[in-house]
Amino acid sequence: MIKQRLIIQKLCFSFLRIAALLNGAALALIVCFMLSRGWRAISWEFLSQAPKDSMTAGGILPCIVGTMALCLVTIFVALPIGVASAIYLNEYASQGKLVRFIRLGINNLAGVPSIVFGLFGLAFFCIVLKMGVSAASGGLTLGIMTLPVIIGASEEALKSVPNTYREASLAMGATKWQTIRKVVLPVAFPGIITGSILGISRAAGETAPIMYTGAVFFTPDLPASILDEVMALPYHIYVLATAGTQIEATRHLQYGTALVLIVLVFGMNLSAIILRSKIRKKLRI
Amino acid sequence: MQTHIKMHTKNLDFFYGDFQALDQISIDFIENRVTALIGPSGCGKSTYLRCLNRMNDLISGIRVKGRAMLDDNDIYDPSIDVVTLRRQVGMVFQKPNPFPKSVFENIAYGLKVNGVKDKAKITRIVEKSLKQAAIWDEVKDRLNESALGLSGGQQQRLCIARALAVGPEVLLMDEPASALDPIATQKIEELITELSLKLTIIIVTHNMQQAARVSDRTAFFYMGKLIEVNDTDTLFTKPELKQTEDYITGRFG
Repeated sequence: MIKQRLIIQKLCFSFLRIAALLNGAALALIVCFMLSRGWRAISWEFLSQAPKDSMTAGGILPCIVGTMALCLVTIFVALPIGVASAIYLNEYASQGKLVRFIRLGINNLAGVPSIVFGLFGLAFFCIVLKMGVSAASGGLTLGIMTLPVIIGASEEALKSVPNTYREASLAMGATKWQTIRKVVLPVAFPGIITGSILGISRAAGETAPIMYTGAVFFTPDLPASILDEVMALPYHIYVLATAGTQIEATRHLQYGTALVLIVLVFGMNLSAIILRSKIRKKLRI
Repeated sequence: MQTHIKMHTKNLDFFYGDFQALDQISIDFIENRVTALIGPSGCGKSTYLRCLNRMNDLISGIRVKGRAMLDDNDIYDPSIDVVTLRRQVGMVFQKPNPFPKSVFENIAYGLKVNGVKDKAKITRIVEKSLKQAAIWDEVKDRLNESALGLSGGQQQRLCIARALAVGPEVLLMDEPASALDPIATQKIEELITELSLKLTIIIVTHNMQQAARVSDRTAFFYMGKLIEVNDTDTLFTKPELKQTEDYITGRFG
């Protein structure tokens, strides 16, 4: 009897462990695949020059710069609005009808397919607001798409701040805003930043929202302002793989670009994690 | 013997939604005396304490009836600025809750949010508050270290120093020693006696020996009602009501 229970327990644990390991395996597989196929494309020239010969040779510098430009616009749009919304929802708003309505909106925003964001961005930012296909339009579109992620991460971070801190501050005659600004936000900051960077690095890899709004097939020039159109890493992969002049001959370039994109995204995530642990250590939480 | 009444409530009712948590509470708090609020869990003593600096305002759906006065001012009057009130009526909580900041910043915080900018003045008050809370000698060499590195008892005295820094006239203490070991508790109790020379103190405690040791007056709460309030010596030796006697002798609660 006891033996049977132990066997069942062992079986269940093994299953759970396999499920957990599968995640790591999937990641390792993707990375190995990209490395083995793409590493030959990586060279200084590849990282520092524009594509040439109808994008069958040369580098991907405009794509790297373009993706970074899109990310910067996304951060500037989504971070302040997202954090402000989270503070309002979590700290100020009484839980009434308005808040329920806003939350419903945020949840539904998170469920909108990315291609729909792309079409919306095209219609609204590019045409109605006359910003054309540009880093600004693409970044704004990505920003709206990232908002629910940032709001969610920020709300989680604010919720994890113990209420006793708020009480202590208010009991000393601090106003609610002083309490938020000087006690709650510094403690929540690492969580907010980490969650936000994860959201933005996700946006960095999106193709659908930027293919009509910010990214173009080819431009040899680096963007001079945010109103210029840009090339972007994910769209470049898509173009090379589906619409290039020599799809088979440029395979290594496609994998090389994908590798650069993955490294870029990992880099952002890693810096988010390092930043968080540094601040945590400083605050001794 | 000076018997100015610093704070008092008259027929104070308190409701969470439809639930009445306090029923017609009238107590006088004499200046520079320690008043202990005792009673079993859920009797309303903490709720009552939180009425006195309006910390209950943070909860939605609450309602207060009756009067709560600080000197001659009704603290629930719409003209009262709750931020100013909380500076006059400080609070120390059950669990030590220093901010994740340095020892110095913890004390300076209350001054800064209340608009004190003069650095020399802040430094002076920080030192004075830490001395008043009998923790200066233990932390004077680590003012710039995180307050979270202190022991529980030290953290609680730091929180008392933090509350003192903004110059309150009344100090509310919500079971300030219940999370501490006996030695740290003793230090807090000595501190309470010391502070009561200059401050009106109202302390909620579960521990009846503690109430007997530190307080001049004791109020016994049960089921949201004030059962009996009297000088501590009288209440513990010759309680007027059977109910009080049963509680303090440990027959219920």
